[in-house]
Amino acid sequence: MRHIISILLENEAGALSRVAGLFSARGFNIESLTVVATNDSTLSRMTIVSIADDGIIEKIVKQLNKLIDVIKVTDLTATEHIERELLLVKVNVNQQTQVNIDKQIDAFSCKLVDVSEDIYTIELAGKSKKINDFLANLDASKILDVSRTGVTGICMKNRNLTKGA
Amino acid sequence: MKLNGAQILVNSLKSEGVKHIFGYPGGAVLHIYDALNACDEIEHILVRHEQGAAHAADGYTRASGKCGVTLVTSGPGITNAVTGIATAYMDSIPMVIISGQVPSALIGNDAFQEVDAVGITRSCVKHNFLIKNINQIVNTIKKAFHIATTGRPGPVLIDIPKDITIATVEPKPYPNSVEMRSYQVPSRADSAKINAAADLISLAKCPIVYSGGGCIIGNADQELRAFTRQLGFPITQTLMGLGAYPATDKQSLGMLGMHGTYEANMAMHDADCVIAAGVRFDDRVTANIDKFCPNAKIIHIDIDPSSISKNVAVDIAIVGDVKLVLSDLIVKMKTKFIQDISLWWLQIDRWRSVNSLAYQTKLGIIKPQTVIETLYEVTKGNAIVTSDVGQHQMWAAQYYQFDYPRRWINSGGLGTMGFGLPAAMGAKLAKPELNVACVTGEGSIQMMTQELSTMLQYATPVKIINLNNGYLGMVRQWQEFFYEKRYSMSYMDALPNFVKLAESYGHIGIKVEKEQDLKPALIEAFKQKDRTVFLDILTDPTENVFPMIPSGAGHHEMLLAGRDEMASMNDDGLNLV
Repeated sequence: MRHIISILLENEAGALSRVAGLFSARGFNIESLTVVATNDSTLSRMTIVSIADDGIIEKIVKQLNKLIDVIKVTDLTATEHIERELLLVKVNVNQQTQVNIDKQIDAFSCKLVDVSEDIYTIELAGKSKKINDFLANLDASKILDVSRTGVTGICMKNRNLTKGA
Repeated sequence: MKLNGAQILVNSLKSEGVKHIFGYPGGAVLHIYDALNACDEIEHILVRHEQGAAHAADGYTRASGKCGVTLVTSGPGITNAVTGIATAYMDSIPMVIISGQVPSALIGNDAFQEVDAVGITRSCVKHNFLIKNINQIVNTIKKAFHIATTGRPGPVLIDIPKDITIATVEPKPYPNSVEMRSYQVPSRADSAKINAAADLISLAKCPIVYSGGGCIIGNADQELRAFTRQLGFPITQTLMGLGAYPATDKQSLGMLGMHGTYEANMAMHDADCVIAAGVRFDDRVTANIDKFCPNAKIIHIDIDPSSISKNVAVDIAIVGDVKLVLSDLIVKMKTKFIQDISLWWLQIDRWRSVNSLAYQTKLGIIKPQTVIETLYEVTKGNAIVTSDVGQHQMWAAQYYQFDYPRRWINSGGLGTMGFGLPAAMGAKLAKPELNVACVTGEGSIQMMTQELSTMLQYATPVKIINLNNGYLGMVRQWQEFFYEKRYSMSYMDALPNFVKLAESYGHIGIKVEKEQDLKPALIEAFKQKDRTVFLDILTDPTENVFPMIPSGAGHHEMLLAGRDEMASMNDDGLNLV
């Protein structure tokens, strides 16, 4: 099953490689990984998407908790949560393809962030599934470059990782 | 008055109460060595190889319970030490390793003797630090000792660039305590868990205590004894746990696992309640997981939550300091009814009567088991015994009766050949009043013989018991059982003359070839209070370690010496090696 693991950790050099090293040393799989400082500059928040059964995820969470730099670990998928990913994609546009591409941009409420003679650069934020669907609907041969941020996520309602951590 | 970084570092170590440092100098740590030279409170032991430094600090820690310290230079200094660090990590041994680093400005430039020490050691330390500023030194040392010695202990590395040891600053006072928001140590366990465990224990008709290295590292031997005796339960100990409960006590079933006793493994298999204290369910203990304790409810006490249900799903997980958990359980069980387990003891006594450690003697040939039994007799069971890795390690564990904790020192987790000799040296420095014997083999000892030189320099009179069978014995045993006796590379050709080797380092060397000479030689060796004695004992080259659980089998499928043919292995079993 796909899990989104959210980690609050000390914003120190090497903290990222400790987490990534833990996954690789134990043969755990990382689908995507995002990390950036929080509003408290001494803290970083890392979001990792991993596909594994619940037992493996439990082991991962325990091992992450064991790292000295790690302050808090939550499996977001076990609670109500919101997930988002950002896509930037460049597509080749010509007279034959433009109608379909414009239709998809409208259907998915994308933003056109750059337009040149025959190239669109499109921005789309949403669940990973939405981004996958959008990319699938484009003509693959016209896609020039894809850049995705990986998933970030947050718990809904009154559950927080940072406040009171 | 301003001090330089090296002086601040040495003063910090003094504040931590460090008395010995095991290390080797080099360019990146010369300032630290200069500061050590001016420090009377700390004795530096100059090893001959950095791996020896880490193993010696490890042996020092295991014998004394104090945190050992290793100091090495950058580049090859730290890479040589990595095996010793990984050994300590696998056995959860507290240790602080200080490694020199090239000057800050050169880091990342492929400078002479530069290596990414923090990166290289990341997966075999509990934590590591790169000091970037002279003002971080005191806090980093305080944190390092705190992290190394608390919770599930382990090695902590501090990498310090040379320029920071040279820079000067007005020193800050050494902190009394350390605050780390991301590191909290579990202590007392949840009382609901204690109650649940007590309820389960009171229902048990076939209980067994399964205790491990955590009971020694956590100084829980007194509580383990009190708990086990209060309930009258049988107890089995892991390789790492030997000595936490007296081996000669009637409730002790000896070691369990691959080369454990028949009674211990059968009792594990048939138990209805297993109280696992400070153990990690290593594959050498559990044998085939699918066949492990099929009828038992398992209570697992461990300070490390990540060890719980890692290999075996448990029924009650108690996260906490094993010493405190056992004392809470002792109190709780006083108010609880305990089942009559006399039938269980009758069954155990039947298994015991099989006498699984019996072995055949041969006229004129020294049996390795006899050597260990004689060593036990001559030292009256009071020595610290270190071992290397292989058959001799298993025989030492099986035939030396450890009645006290911190007397049995071996590389259980990583299985590091070359561990025994430097560990014995460290143990002797920690406990000079005790006899120290290093049980080794001709394969293992050759991985660290250069430390014989260190042992001469610092007068650490250790007795080396070399079980010389001319083979990498454990490899030969496996090749005999599982590879149709194709002894690929398990034969040690061109052995040195160990007696002359010992003598060349200024020690006493004695070769023992006849059984009647064995005991007199051991007596003579231990009479030499101030000298290291190397006993090169020629033992039966064909002897194997029994009893044995073949890989892929369960605890109830043990093989006994001379009574069972080795069953043919399937591929699944071989993979479990």
